[in-house]
Amino acid sequence: MTKPMHHARHICAVLALGAMAQTATADEVTLASGITGNAVENFKLIVAPWEKATGHTATLVPMPSSTTDQFGQYRLWLAAGNADIDLYQTDVIWAPQLADQFVDLSEPAGELMKSHFPSIVESQTVGDKLVALPIYTDAPALYYRTDLLEKHGASVPTTWEELTKTAQMVQDAERAEGNDDLWGFVWQGNAYEGLTCNALEWVKSFGGGQIVEPNGDISINNANAVKALELVSQWPGTISPDGVLAYQEEEARGVWQTGNAVFMRNWPYAYRLGSGDDSAVKGKFGVTTLPTGGGHDTSAATLGGWNIALSKYSENQDAALSLAMYLASPEAQKLRALNSGNLPTVVSLYEDADIAREVPIIPQWKDVFLQAVPRPSAPTKGAYNEVSNKFWSAVHNTLSGDGTAAENLELLELDLTDLKGSGW
Amino acid sequence: MSKFLNATLFYALVFVIVGVSVFPFYYAVITSFKTGTALFEVDYFITKLDFSNYINVLSSPNFMRSVWNSVLIAASTVGFAMFLAVTASYALARVRFKGRGLLLICILAVSMFPQIAVLAGLFELIRALGIYNTPWAMILSYTIFTLPFTVWVLTTFMRDLPVEIEEAAIIDGATPWVIITQVFLPLMWPALVTTGLLAFIGAWNEFLFALTFTASESQRTVPVAIALLSGASEFEIPWGVLMAASVIVTVPLIALVLIFQRKIVAGLTAGGVKG
Amino acid sequence: MPSSPPSGMSSRHSLSAQRRRAAMWFLAPMLIALFCVAAWPLLRTIYFSFTNTTLTSLYDGKWIGFDNYLSYRKLSSGRVIWRGTLADPAWWNAVWNTVRFSVVSVALETVLGLIVALVLHQNFKGHGWVRAAVLIPWAIPTIVSARMWGWMLNDQFGIINDILLNIGLIETKIAWTANIETAMLAVLAVDVWKTTPFMALLCLAGLQMIPKDIYEAAKVDGVHPIRVFFKVTLPLLRPALMVAVIFRMLDALRIFDLIYVLTPNSKATKTMSVIARENLIDFDKFAYGSAQSTLLFALIAIFVSAYIWLGKVDLSGEHSK
Repeated sequence: MTKPMHHARHICAVLALGAMAQTATADEVTLASGITGNAVENFKLIVAPWEKATGHTATLVPMPSSTTDQFGQYRLWLAAGNADIDLYQTDVIWAPQLADQFVDLSEPAGELMKSHFPSIVESQTVGDKLVALPIYTDAPALYYRTDLLEKHGASVPTTWEELTKTAQMVQDAERAEGNDDLWGFVWQGNAYEGLTCNALEWVKSFGGGQIVEPNGDISINNANAVKALELVSQWPGTISPDGVLAYQEEEARGVWQTGNAVFMRNWPYAYRLGSGDDSAVKGKFGVTTLPTGGGHDTSAATLGGWNIALSKYSENQDAALSLAMYLASPEAQKLRALNSGNLPTVVSLYEDADIAREVPIIPQWKDVFLQAVPRPSAPTKGAYNEVSNKFWSAVHNTLSGDGTAAENLELLELDLTDLKGSGW
Repeated sequence: MSKFLNATLFYALVFVIVGVSVFPFYYAVITSFKTGTALFEVDYFITKLDFSNYINVLSSPNFMRSVWNSVLIAASTVGFAMFLAVTASYALARVRFKGRGLLLICILAVSMFPQIAVLAGLFELIRALGIYNTPWAMILSYTIFTLPFTVWVLTTFMRDLPVEIEEAAIIDGATPWVIITQVFLPLMWPALVTTGLLAFIGAWNEFLFALTFTASESQRTVPVAIALLSGASEFEIPWGVLMAASVIVTVPLIALVLIFQRKIVAGLTAGGVKG
Repeated sequence: MPSSPPSGMSSRHSLSAQRRRAAMWFLAPMLIALFCVAAWPLLRTIYFSFTNTTLTSLYDGKWIGFDNYLSYRKLSSGRVIWRGTLADPAWWNAVWNTVRFSVVSVALETVLGLIVALVLHQNFKGHGWVRAAVLIPWAIPTIVSARMWGWMLNDQFGIINDILLNIGLIETKIAWTANIETAMLAVLAVDVWKTTPFMALLCLAGLQMIPKDIYEAAKVDGVHPIRVFFKVTLPLLRPALMVAVIFRMLDALRIFDLIYVLTPNSKATKTMSVIARENLIDFDKFAYGSAQSTLLFALIAIFVSAYIWLGKVDLSGEHSK
């Protein structure tokens, strides 16, 4: 389907940066991406300087916003060697699973990557291969209602135990006053990737490891993890609605933004929407790092974010590489931060004066971001989705009262060991 | 008195049927007029007429384009399937030959695989034919579910038509082609319109193939376009816009049904030939 | 295909030979079209199920026989371990879910569809509009209606809970899709809502092909309407109804998008198609997923054959005239 590009790729590695300045032909580079709404408009804005400098055009192939749908499509397209898509915007956890189908960028982008957070670059590296270039990152935080906490004389909780108590107290007090729909804490409990993120945060912040450690050891069956899940399994029906076990990001935001929750765990996007004019919580909430638990002292926030990968089936490698490099560059990331409010992956941009003035939330988020933990996609390689699926199922079972935490985690360990076999 | 009671009960039943069918659509209409936080509140009536979601949908050039694509693809799919199915079902229903039952089962077997399983193979086929990212990709791949359905339904209906009319036509020296087009088709309107309509909606609503076989916004069909309508930011689901788009694309289908009413009724009277 | 009868035939023979020839020509385009579109993808799926292909290397799978279906290994301790889809409890859970879902939903849809069709068959004022209204659930794309229902069934701001609370049918808000006990109910309700129109329309077409004079004769004889329905209408409607049920069954056994959107990971609703997708795409076990798809195919084939046999569906049309 594609002609051998060995030679061409060699040259392009050398010419990559030079290609940004001059090219003989004007190519059309297609980028498949699940970016949404305003971001689509912003994309044009962000690539405009690149288009001007190189004479190429960048075309977006929009995808459904569901990441599972995107992943399925990309996998099929790549399997069949689709030459019509040059670049793919990939989730932070996909790199190890799709590594074989993407071009190694470590040579052309090695220098550029030095300005990025090493942990993020690490997450996109499989063996020695740099699979994708980070363009923005994401990390969740704890949203809390300043007005309600003040009214009931409570402080912002720093541990999960405290959060449980405060939430219960405020919820009881408010309900006694007739505020029947108020809930203490909303989060994402549906059986999906989001629950893996939530549960990883609980377990990690209780000192229970990160499911599978970077060296490939399965660590999930431990006393701290059990303690974390035991605390959480008290929430549904008490401080969280029973339905929280079906919530994804939007359902949680719905409860929160109508003023019906004291605390919420969510991504940065909820900040801007919660500050909108029609929001019931406008000006009444604050954001902080997620709590810790079980006497452990560091909290954890699951690392999210998006990257650009170059398909090895692409027929205009040079132009595509140049666009990928541009999108990961500090200039493009700054434009993106100013226009879309996405968190940059370039360290220096957190000190940038323009960004601090226009989007103050970004420097604020640096604290959250420093606590970020990656999901175990790197050590588990191609099996990550199955690992995650088994993990969220075990957690979901525990939360819905189907088996105890200890039982389910032991079972999970058994399943994962089975899956791992002689090595990931 | 009992007649009055019967009528009341009958209309009550009609009311329930219509109510249950339409309520979610009605709720979609209500939701389509909402924006922002109001989306998370329960309302039973339209509280304020805010057309911004509709303007949002209609002003995006690719949306109307995708409606047009869908019309084109669904209509061609149905036309293609009906042509093949009418002739084939005549053979299957009216001509006696060995292995008819087996053939019917084989045709059915085509739609026994989960769509997702045949996706990779179909994708290769479509790329090999060079029709990737064109309407032909969808028209071709949709036959995989429309054709077995139309063939089976039309065969069943055609088998029930009385022998006498066909014999009369044969005595008059009509060829099989004339029998199909001049004698059977007019009698089959209810069945034709129904299967055509169901196949049309099936093609109109198909999502997975349409998403996989297109790679540019201008080639996409309605369900894909709706799935691509997105909130202002990641995770946000634009309920208002989504509902407005759903209302917009459902209206043509309702119009289609209303237009074909007449044909269904026409078939009704023509159907009374038997006996 | 039968060969032409020997020469020296009567005019009747030559006529039927001519008809058979015509039949062949009529069948050919449809068969060629189906073969072109379906043969390659279907056979490939079956082939893949006997290999160790992954999506990352679609072309270098090796033949491994029935290992994806069932295989066993003897451990050094002498214990025998079974592997493969047929030894996977998750698969059997999916099979059970699928069968349960299909039987209940198709039964409900058939009964309701028939009722709706009988109502639509009556001549009353505004029946055109009612007919259009009834078709709405079928006309809304599944990916939209599934999300719409997900929204309406939401425990906190869903309208269903609000209505039920107002009527007093429930006391606290129920999380329909989250709860393991109610998840299947929710899926069933939405599916019945969505596909009853399909059934109703096919039944209606069947009803309208029944000659009117039969009813008039019954009316003159003073037969009770319910007796007419069971003695006259239903037997005449049977062929159309049987075909409608076959196609609903086919779709129900393969149900995917509704569950994928509404309750994607609930083990109470995970069906065979959903689990096959999970393995094919998400878990990079392409061959394993292909084996599951092939099993699903086999299961549907068995179901349909049993149905045709038990329901005495007249495939060859030998008994109709």
